[in-house]
Amino acid sequence: MRDALHRSKTGIAVLQIENIPPTDAAPVPGRPQPARAAGEHAVAIAIRNICQRYGDADAHDSVLALDDISLDIGRGEFVCLLGPSGCGKSTLLNIVGGLFKPSSGSVTVGGRPVNGTPLPAEIAFVFQESTLFPWYTILENFRVALKFQGIAKAEWDDRALAALTAVGMARFARHYPTQLSVGMRQRVNLARGLCVGSDILLMDEPFAALDEQTRMVLGEDLSILLAKTGKTIVFVTHSLAEAVFLSDRIAVMTARPGRIKTIIEVEERHPRSPDFMLEPRFSILRNELYAMLRDEIRRSMAEQSGAPSAAEEA
Amino acid sequence: MDRPSFATRSIQAAFLAIALAAWYGLTASGSVSRLFLPTPSSVREAFLALVATGQFWSAVRVTLTTIAEAYAIAVVAGLFTGYLVTRSRFATEAIEPLIAGLFTIPITLFFPMFILFFGVGTGSKVAYGAVYGFFPIALNTIAAFSTFEERYLRAARAMGASHWDTFRHVLLPGAFPLLVNGLRIGFFIAFASVLGGETLSSIAGVGRNIALAAELMEPARMYAWITFVVLTAISLNMLMSSLEKRVQRQ
Repeated sequence: MRDALHRSKTGIAVLQIENIPPTDAAPVPGRPQPARAAGEHAVAIAIRNICQRYGDADAHDSVLALDDISLDIGRGEFVCLLGPSGCGKSTLLNIVGGLFKPSSGSVTVGGRPVNGTPLPAEIAFVFQESTLFPWYTILENFRVALKFQGIAKAEWDDRALAALTAVGMARFARHYPTQLSVGMRQRVNLARGLCVGSDILLMDEPFAALDEQTRMVLGEDLSILLAKTGKTIVFVTHSLAEAVFLSDRIAVMTARPGRIKTIIEVEERHPRSPDFMLEPRFSILRNELYAMLRDEIRRSMAEQSGAPSAAEEA
Repeated sequence: MDRPSFATRSIQAAFLAIALAAWYGLTASGSVSRLFLPTPSSVREAFLALVATGQFWSAVRVTLTTIAEAYAIAVVAGLFTGYLVTRSRFATEAIEPLIAGLFTIPITLFFPMFILFFGVGTGSKVAYGAVYGFFPIALNTIAAFSTFEERYLRAARAMGASHWDTFRHVLLPGAFPLLVNGLRIGFFIAFASVLGGETLSSIAGVGRNIALAAELMEPARMYAWITFVVLTAISLNMLMSSLEKRVQRQ
């Protein structure tokens, strides 16, 4: 087991992974393959023919945001949704988590259909750090989260402190979110997602507001977490390096209407060390992703500005 | 907000001292008629004589009861209306400008109507204070709930919060600072409206006594009443802001 004591820029010990209870359902020791095709292992999330349309299909101003998305996500797998802004990747994540109801198609989680109703026992969301309630202390934030999820009151503080200890933030339990740095808040926010003990974490650009160094440190933490707990994670990001560093598979999406263009596998065991980023294949994958996305980004920019892009004119 | 520093407190004390000194100076020099501005010492004497009478306390009781009733109606109606309106974006867009627009009309113009409808007794002052106090409370409540950050509600929903849990732990505490602000402004508007209404037309209360003292050419007595109102307003304001600070210490 690698030494889990990192030092972040803020000087806090980051992750003492021993404190995080493994998820019940997932086998922990020796995750067999770092990346695998869906179907070889138990499917945690099955996404079938999801379409999302805003406005009536007949209306000329209706927008097709997601077009026939199908994807299987295996248990303990880390899947990134990557695409140009406006491609619907966050919408897809919200549909998977039951926050939005899709226009058509279905999502099943552990055999249960998700149809616009969150399943808080199975799925936890981690949004950007700014979703911690500023009117409550860190500990109170955890208590209400556990209360919302229907967990018995007697367990609230133990669970909260265990999750906070796991991310090295137990000392700040009595602080208000505004008293912490953005990086510390996101670490707390991650712990709030963990404290429920659900098998699936859906993360919507959780590190987008962080500086690059903090982002990388938290990325490493997440990789360790994945290796240790066997959580299934679906992660929406803009960052190519983040996607390559964290993912078992990367679903590259097209500009609107969002479709899955390609799925790229990253063959590297979790926990991943920062050295992985120095390897030639890391850069190769990253460049490959960039080449794939470049056209989509130009298309989405052209569509947003209403003008033909330089590439189209050339 | 930080605790007031020594410097800010000194400036406030200096302002009061200058106002008092000016009062002394103007009356001592004899440049202003004693009929318009009596000396501070005669006002003090009139005040002490006033407080000793049973008439004083019954007038204070009438006014305070009227304010309490007007404010209670304004709070319930303002919070309820404000919350209901924000349940739909359409209703907010349609009704918020309406309430804000009505609030810019000097409702004092309608005071004679209140007298016609509710008589010269306390009823008209209760209604007038309640109507005036309603607006800032409703407007602040609408602002508190309609500008509420969507992301907190989404997070609560993702965590499986029930409607009541969401209201109790997310919506209410998040909206609280603006709600309290509206309640404070609403209180002082109801306070001012009731006293103003009493001065204009009534048969009892502090405002009535101020008007009466003016009509009877008893300036010292009138200023004694006004001094009482000023002191009451200052202490209520201090009480309100200390309460506000206590609930918002987060």
